Amino acid sequence: MVFNSPTLSYSLLSPILIILAGALIGVLIEAFVGKAVRPIAQLSVALGSLVLALIQVIRIRDFTSTAAAIGSVVIDGPGILFQGAILVIAIISIFLIADQDNFTSSPAALPGSDEERQAAQSGTVLTEIYPLTLFAVSGMLLFPIASDLITLFVALEVLSLPLYLMAGLSRHRRLASQEAALKYFLLGAFSSAFFLFGSAYLYGYAGTVSFAGIHAAVIGGTGNDVILLLGIAFVAIGLLFKVGAVPFHAWSPDVYQGSPTPITGFMAAATKVAAFGAMLRLFYTVLAEAQWQWRPFFMVIAIITMIFGSLVAISQRDVKRMLAYSSIAHAGFLLTGVIALNKAGLEASIYYLFAYGVATVGAFGIVTLVRDSSGEVSDLNRWAGLGKRSPWVASAFAFFLLAFAGIPLTSGFIGKFAIFSAAYESGATAVVIVGVLSSAIAAFFYIRVIVLMFFTDATEDGTSVVIPSILTRLTIFISLAITVALGVFPSPLLDFIKPLAIFIR
Amino acid sequence: MTSNLIVYLIAIPLFSSAVLLLTGRKANKWGHLLGTLASASSFGVGAYLFTQMLAQPAEERAMTQKLFSWINVGSFNVDASLLLDQLSICFVLLITGVGTLIHIYSISYMSHDLDRRRFFAYLNLFIAAMLLLVLGNSYLNLYVGWEGVGLASYLLIGFWNQKPTYATAAKKAFVMNRVGDLGLSLAIMIAFASMGTVSFDGIKEAAPQTSTATLTAIGIMLLIAAAGKSAQFPLQAWLGDAMAGPTPVSALIHAATMVTAGVYLITRSNFIFDAAPTAQLLVVIVGAITLLFGAVVGTAKDDIKKALAASTMSQIGYMILGAGLGPVGYAFAIMHLLTHGFFKAGMFLGAGSVMHGMNDEVNMRKYGALRKFMPITFITFGLGYLAIIGVPPFAGFYSKDMIIETALNAGGIKGILLGSAALFGAALTAFYMTRVIILTFTGTKRWDDEAHPHESPILMWLPMAVLAIGSVASGYLFTRGDALVHWLEPIVAPGEHGEHAELLPPIVVSALALTMVLIGISIAVMMYVRRPVADVAPEDVSALTRIVRQDLLQDAANEAIFMRPGQSLTKTLVSIDEKVIDGAVRGVGAMALGSGSELRKTQTGYVRSYSALILVGAAAIVLGIWVITQ
Repeated sequence: MVFNSPTLSYSLLSPILIILAGALIGVLIEAFVGKAVRPIAQLSVALGSLVLALIQVIRIRDFTSTAAAIGSVVIDGPGILFQGAILVIAIISIFLIADQDNFTSSPAALPGSDEERQAAQSGTVLTEIYPLTLFAVSGMLLFPIASDLITLFVALEVLSLPLYLMAGLSRHRRLASQEAALKYFLLGAFSSAFFLFGSAYLYGYAGTVSFAGIHAAVIGGTGNDVILLLGIAFVAIGLLFKVGAVPFHAWSPDVYQGSPTPITGFMAAATKVAAFGAMLRLFYTVLAEAQWQWRPFFMVIAIITMIFGSLVAISQRDVKRMLAYSSIAHAGFLLTGVIALNKAGLEASIYYLFAYGVATVGAFGIVTLVRDSSGEVSDLNRWAGLGKRSPWVASAFAFFLLAFAGIPLTSGFIGKFAIFSAAYESGATAVVIVGVLSSAIAAFFYIRVIVLMFFTDATEDGTSVVIPSILTRLTIFISLAITVALGVFPSPLLDFIKPLAIFIR
Repeated sequence: MTSNLIVYLIAIPLFSSAVLLLTGRKANKWGHLLGTLASASSFGVGAYLFTQMLAQPAEERAMTQKLFSWINVGSFNVDASLLLDQLSICFVLLITGVGTLIHIYSISYMSHDLDRRRFFAYLNLFIAAMLLLVLGNSYLNLYVGWEGVGLASYLLIGFWNQKPTYATAAKKAFVMNRVGDLGLSLAIMIAFASMGTVSFDGIKEAAPQTSTATLTAIGIMLLIAAAGKSAQFPLQAWLGDAMAGPTPVSALIHAATMVTAGVYLITRSNFIFDAAPTAQLLVVIVGAITLLFGAVVGTAKDDIKKALAASTMSQIGYMILGAGLGPVGYAFAIMHLLTHGFFKAGMFLGAGSVMHGMNDEVNMRKYGALRKFMPITFITFGLGYLAIIGVPPFAGFYSKDMIIETALNAGGIKGILLGSAALFGAALTAFYMTRVIILTFTGTKRWDDEAHPHESPILMWLPMAVLAIGSVASGYLFTRGDALVHWLEPIVAPGEHGEHAELLPPIVVSALALTMVLIGISIAVMMYVRRPVADVAPEDVSALTRIVRQDLLQDAANEAIFMRPGQSLTKTLVSIDEKVIDGAVRGVGAMALGSGSELRKTQTGYVRSYSALILVGAAAIVLGIWVITQ
């Protein structure tokens, strides 16, 4: 037998490799570095590798290649942009994750047991969270550049498995956190099965798992259309689960609520970028010619996702659940970008993903600050009057909410307008009308929270806002600055995206 | 024509506001002076630009300034640009002029407030936002200013937010205004979707090729926006409560400037409304209803500020009515807006002066005979009073008469109805304003011994005096040689006068209006001069009076029509989400587990039902595929 060693373009793959190296160093630190310096060492390694990877992404931004890893990944402008967005979001999130107060010190101990109490008293901190985060990031970086179904599936699992674990690490309300992790895992496994099943159908249709091969088969049009359709449908279900589109959304409110808040923010923002990145690549390049088959389904799903997310969010009494339903609605808005299937749609989607991701991390960062003696307070009724007690924190949160609502001078407005106008250009008028109406409905529940914070008197058992640590402050400040900057001066980023937003096959 | 100066109109107060907020307590000594200076400088720039405009021929007077390219994505391009034309300069001078007077007044009025610097920072912020609103060259730029004045007004209404009622007031204003904002954002999106542009120029050009249905939709959305901001029916409920803020705020925001933004919006969008008759008809209906509604509510208010607020609502109803009467009406609406800016701001400042002398008492039944103690306040307030009820030759006579006349001449039964409403409103106006004057300044004293009414210091009465001069002279100046109508011609393109035959000659209309005013005054005199005024509101009144006292049941109506159905809708959706989808499976899970915590029961149920939901979704898609391929 002859083995050909694969040719790898290490420089083009370097962002992923740097992150993986950082993760492995992190594992070694867990094993060999003393308790006292572990947190700072882990944070430095994690932050260092993220920043290095981001620098590398920026350096290779003009390269395109379909042969970087013997045809398994494709390096192109959109891929670079998705990777860049994921890394920026990860860097902002890592400061929030570094605020150890959110994580349990002994994840293996039974909730309420002596073991748990001892671990808490000994002052142990959980530093495994850093390598886990980096592993998840490496999967996310691979996800939107994968160019065959197997690589796509591997990336999906690499990004998901660490997230399942991280969801269960909350310090407070550990039962709910573990419940969330288990649910996320079970349902994630269920949807992965759908994804694999669909991949098998696509393989059956095209006789290959590579995107180029499937594309050629779609253009040739000689295969069995029913098999193609089933393949598209099941692969799409796997991806739609990850972004939380209706009716595959049911996990997200519970998981968002149960997970440690920094993880919720990271997960909500970065996973969306990665999953939409993969979805955009798949449907814009491989399956574009089969649009008559999949676009109607996507339109229906986008419409029900937007309406459902916006309407149900109105009645939520818990801030994290409300943000979960809001993220469902945003998944619907982003689906209109997939439906648009034109260059403007791609540009708008990338902009929207970045702007939404950054604001999401910032908003969850603020949720970590609102606490009482037993930990975070996510019951909205107890947020009443926050604006009077902590005007800065409440104003920052209000600003993020306005960005979600898409009020002018925030990043959310530009994103929404761009994505809807792209979808309108492509002729998806009905989707745009529903989108505009549901974003109007959505504006109401964001504004309800603002009213609650500023215009409602506090209840007796008022909550306090902890003075943010320097790390959390960094997260909130950077997200706020980016959100404001993108709202007032969106042109630099839009101009940056424009020449890069071209998929290659 | 371009001009690089326009941006300074906005930048100066904005910068001053930032300085005042960021410097903190250190600025307490000079903060109010900087704030006033900023507003005055902005007025100076406005006046200079006005002289420049005057030097140009009519068609070339509009000036633009591009700041930066705001949004540039695909076919969607918006520049952050400013447009100073004949319409916006009217507003610029009103906002900065009246604004500066109110700044001066506030130096004294707020002198005992520890947070006076912050108050001036907010005032400056408001001025900047309001200027941006009227100077934006597209609906999107206007929207930014629109939200900005909203923000500044909540900060100012809630300035004394120690008192719970004030916070409630701010909340009500906030929610009602969001309904309006929703209208504006929908209007912008419809406009962009159908015409591909959001600039005033672009839409003006594209409007003739656009279907009437689309224009009507945009027009109705704009009307909702205008109703929210200008406290018009059915979004009028917030204005009375907003009076909880400091009085200079009421004068600036809730009389002269922000609440008139709706009139600006409709006048600015004349190219849409002229091409959408249905929307225009709705505008006049809203205007007519509100002018009567506000006037009726005003007749039963004992709180001097709330009486003036009801009057503002009613007067803006006149403006909206004027703006809805098409090409001929726009200029008259703007004229009434400007004269109203003078006399209503003057009267609010007068009310503030009275409160200042009366330990912040607002109940007019506790006033009386203040004429002797506050002669200057009485005279300036009195001139404003003569202006608002429309006694010639004071300002309100000219502007209101024009609107009544235009309404009467609108043609057919519509003209008769609108004209009658406007005339009846004039009588009501005369009645409630006379009532305010009588209760406050004449009759016998009804205040407690603790009150020591005294005239206000010069910093307070001087602005009142300047505004009183405006109330006297502005109407004559605007109508001399149709000055304002000709000035605004390039913007609103007035059609030929008298599309319909004149129903009544102008002199008869004036005589009718004056007769109505006299009737109103006489009834008020009979009720409040001939009979002694009780110092507490009498309880044994007719059911009608009781309804009027409760603002014609506006709160009850809002609750019944909007709040309860909205709440039940969301409740239904929650139960669909939580009970129907999960309930069945949850029940099975609960039975199977038997005991255990409630949480655990739901746990098992949830994952099962969630995966069931995914399965159902997948099945639905497969079924869809099957249907398509068959």
